[in-house]
Amino acid sequence: MEIFEYAPAPESRSIVTIRPSYDLFIDGEFVAAKSDERIVTVNPADEEPLSEVAAAGEADVDRAFTAARRAFERVWSPMPGAERGKYLFRIARIIQERARELAVLESLDNGKPIKETRDIDLPLVAAHFFYYAGWADKLAHAGFGTRPLGVAAQVIPWNFPLLMLAWKVAPALATGNTVVLKPAETTPLTALAFAEICQEAGLPPGVVNIVTGAGDTGRAVVAHPGADKVAFTGSTDVGREIARAVAGTGKRLTLELGGKGANIVYDDAAIDQAVEGIVSGIFFNQGHVCCAGSRLLVQESIAEELLAKLRARIERLRLGDPLDKNTDIGAVNSAAQLARIRELAAAGEAEGATGWSPACPLPERGYWFRPTVFTGVTQAHRIAREEIFGPVLSVLTFRTPEEAVAKANNTPYGLSAGVWTEKGSLMLWTASRLRAGVVWSNTFNVFDPASPFGGYKESGYGREGGRHGLEAYLG
Amino acid sequence: MADISPRIGVRKTYKLYVGGAFPRSESGRSYPVTSPAGDHLANAALASRKDVRDAVVAARKAFPGWSGRTAYNRGQILYRIAEMMEGRRAQFAEEVAAAEGVSAARAQALVSAAVDRWVYYAGWADKIGQVLGGANPVSGPYFNLSEPEPTGVVGVFAPAGSPLLGLVSVLAPVITSGNTAVLVADERAPLPAVTLAEALATSDLPGGVANILTGRLAELAPPLAGHADVNALDLAGAGGLAAELEALAATTLKRVLRPGADDWNDADPGLSRIRPFLETKTVWHPIGR
Amino acid sequence: MPDTIPGSLRAYLHGLPGVDEVGVRKRAADLATRSIKTTAKRAALDLAIRMVDLTTLEGADTPGKVRALAAKAMRPDPSDATAPPVAALCVYPDMVAVAAEALAGSGVGLASVATGFPSGRTSLEVKLADTAAAVAAGATEIDMVIDRGAFLAGDHGKVFDEITAVKERCGEAHLKVILETGELVTYDNVRRASWLAMHAGADFIKTSTGKVAPAATLPVTLIMLEAVRDYRAATGRQVGVKPAGGIRTAKDAIRYLVLVKEIAGDDWLDPAWFRLGASTLLNDLLMQRTKLSTGHYSGPDYYTID
Repeated sequence: MEIFEYAPAPESRSIVTIRPSYDLFIDGEFVAAKSDERIVTVNPADEEPLSEVAAAGEADVDRAFTAARRAFERVWSPMPGAERGKYLFRIARIIQERARELAVLESLDNGKPIKETRDIDLPLVAAHFFYYAGWADKLAHAGFGTRPLGVAAQVIPWNFPLLMLAWKVAPALATGNTVVLKPAETTPLTALAFAEICQEAGLPPGVVNIVTGAGDTGRAVVAHPGADKVAFTGSTDVGREIARAVAGTGKRLTLELGGKGANIVYDDAAIDQAVEGIVSGIFFNQGHVCCAGSRLLVQESIAEELLAKLRARIERLRLGDPLDKNTDIGAVNSAAQLARIRELAAAGEAEGATGWSPACPLPERGYWFRPTVFTGVTQAHRIAREEIFGPVLSVLTFRTPEEAVAKANNTPYGLSAGVWTEKGSLMLWTASRLRAGVVWSNTFNVFDPASPFGGYKESGYGREGGRHGLEAYLG
Repeated sequence: MADISPRIGVRKTYKLYVGGAFPRSESGRSYPVTSPAGDHLANAALASRKDVRDAVVAARKAFPGWSGRTAYNRGQILYRIAEMMEGRRAQFAEEVAAAEGVSAARAQALVSAAVDRWVYYAGWADKIGQVLGGANPVSGPYFNLSEPEPTGVVGVFAPAGSPLLGLVSVLAPVITSGNTAVLVADERAPLPAVTLAEALATSDLPGGVANILTGRLAELAPPLAGHADVNALDLAGAGGLAAELEALAATTLKRVLRPGADDWNDADPGLSRIRPFLETKTVWHPIGR
Repeated sequence: MPDTIPGSLRAYLHGLPGVDEVGVRKRAADLATRSIKTTAKRAALDLAIRMVDLTTLEGADTPGKVRALAAKAMRPDPSDATAPPVAALCVYPDMVAVAAEALAGSGVGLASVATGFPSGRTSLEVKLADTAAAVAAGATEIDMVIDRGAFLAGDHGKVFDEITAVKERCGEAHLKVILETGELVTYDNVRRASWLAMHAGADFIKTSTGKVAPAATLPVTLIMLEAVRDYRAATGRQVGVKPAGGIRTAKDAIRYLVLVKEIAGDDWLDPAWFRLGASTLLNDLLMQRTKLSTGHYSGPDYYTID
């Protein structure tokens, strides 16, 4: 009798055409960079090169800002909001039409499972454009000003490449700003596919400009005197550097930075769903999530039962080929990130916490890290304080609601938190005391274009999404 | 040459739109529709009070499903209506030109405005809550949140003299928030309304969300305004009957949007036509351990 | 033998962890996206056929109809001897004797609904007599219904006692306890009723009679699979699960197998521990099976309609 085990179910790569090399997207066209430097982007699941892109230099960035300024003054800001909105609706529709192609491309370049790009990233990307398209002719009803700021300099991370692009570009364009956007050096490909979509939508040249590159390009984008507004998503250290660079320039700034989210589970929680929430809180996208629930705070009286269920659940996670439709955990995005995760996990062991991982085999090539749970963690451990940005969960216990809140807030970060209880008043009591920009109750890591997202404290400032997300782009 | 007879065109039968289907009037009646110049255009169904009753039943049946959809989904469907209309531009323009007696260019402009109106209200669907709702700072350990909700079945009298743009401008704001509608088309120019129904029927809009009746305003309006299972009325096209209908509505305390300035003509009327058909629900919950 | 439950049944059942509806639906929907292809699909289809309780529960059932269905249960695909027989035939009590004769020696189980199926609105004496008659006529499995009215009224003791009494009358026959989840409505109720039935001695817990909508759903089955998993961890005794009603396509059936695999585990991937109560499902399983063998889509004219 054959045993019922899942056979490989790979999504086809043939839906995507990746060019061997990409130029910069400036003023509506792909143009060769003046800089000679190139960056190779690899598939983190097998370390094979996918393509190479330009590393834009200062002259290239300057050209992009010139195009963006011209488009802002002559075309985009004078255009009636209803017409701007129609371009965004078009973009949303093209993204829906090309969703599978973009999902495969994102999985190839980023390493995240096709299940996530297909069912989460791409639907949210299209929805974000659709949502802000609807605001373009209703700015007078939003409660902020109605005048755009000018040219927005936008720098985005590698963990949700196309989704972070959508979070940045959609509200900027809806409000009448033009953009110069720099995607992350390890995940530039979907941003370049988005450039093609702008062409397909007939978006006027210069409204969206995409300059690829690494840290130097990012610094040039942020520092360019033509930027009226800077928007950055990434690490807290780089965010600090940007805040210093922007200080005194008068540029508007929003930052969406790191986190060390606490996921608080009370003893009356719906335990099976709490286990699901813990798993999606930390293992979604390999833990490369700024709002990950990387600290599990569980009430001591149920800790043992919960952890047993959690381990059994983690044993079922399927790690491997990101393009396999049954893969739950994909590849870590880069060698550098893998090294950082390994270093912090080693610190956890060295400081006396106990690590546990399921016995899942790892592919021979590529960047992989097993889902890992550390128990016996205290607030003093590095793995309880520093953002690991990987599939590593630190488990702490508490005895009372006061203790849970105190521990949850005992961090310089303040992006996200979770609260699991069947008692509504306790949920609200806890949520009202948490110093975090997003509090999920009896769920975790859910996103919607209508819902504002952003952090307290060193997790940054400003909100993206919802009516609130318009504020960052209006004067 | 003499042997070739000209092809005889196939004409369209204009019917009602009720519950996602295109029935003739249960009364079996129709009435001739003419252009402003008096030329015969077609016959339209002459709906009866029983058709009103059927339409209200269809609208009520559709209400839980439509109001229960996500606002995002409703927005997508309204946008889809715009897409479907855009694809039938020529047909709409021809009918609008015939119905209103305007130039082809003017008719094109009116169709464009009608398409854009759907896009405008598609965008409102998932923004109403954040503009009209929110947390209330009550004095005490309570979480207190007010949220707008659709009121239910809305009877809509489309404005006279603007058979497409006027109709779309009053229908779209009613259904974008999750209400369902029974709409009485412009009595003298009902044909574009029926063609619009054909676009609605191919737009993923669930049957019964928008029901369109053609016929005599004086015959259809009182039973609609007096129907106890109708929650609100938009009297935009009620003309001289407005006061009488408002009085009928009072029996079951329907919400009434009175005919006023031509604010449906405004390309950005904001929430003025959405808000009258919303209820505000406020939820209290203690905060404590 | 029923377990003993300390304290009041109500306190015990309400002390079970709650179920969050949104969370359980999300989990079920997520598992429904599993992609089962090639060798996995072949194995799943054959396993699903072996798990089918081929069912006819109509007022119009006749001996002829039951004999025809028995033939199909033993040899589902007359044109393909490699197609396995189903797990059991499921009939009304008065058809058990006919079915027993038709199935004799085949190894296919014979399940009878009992206890005033489907509503259960009759006295305990009648329910027990119903059960005893079915067993005497040759039923190897009894599918009883719980008293949903008593459960919803909070009279858990009555439900418990009826199950233990029926279990005793079953003798050697296996007892499947139908919760009729469509009438219990909430997932909290499904979880509580599952534990109640298991403690009272159920060998299987079954979702539905098929006469009430909704019948089996993925989230309800997920809750019941969690219950049998956790019950075995707590007591050491393994209980089976049977979703019934509304499972019509091979795709549906495979989604249930995925749930079994990922929620309860491989120990339940066996006809002894998981069944699919269905009437029309079997032909779709056979059609998909043929498609895998031949590479062509088949059509309903090529399968018997008994």
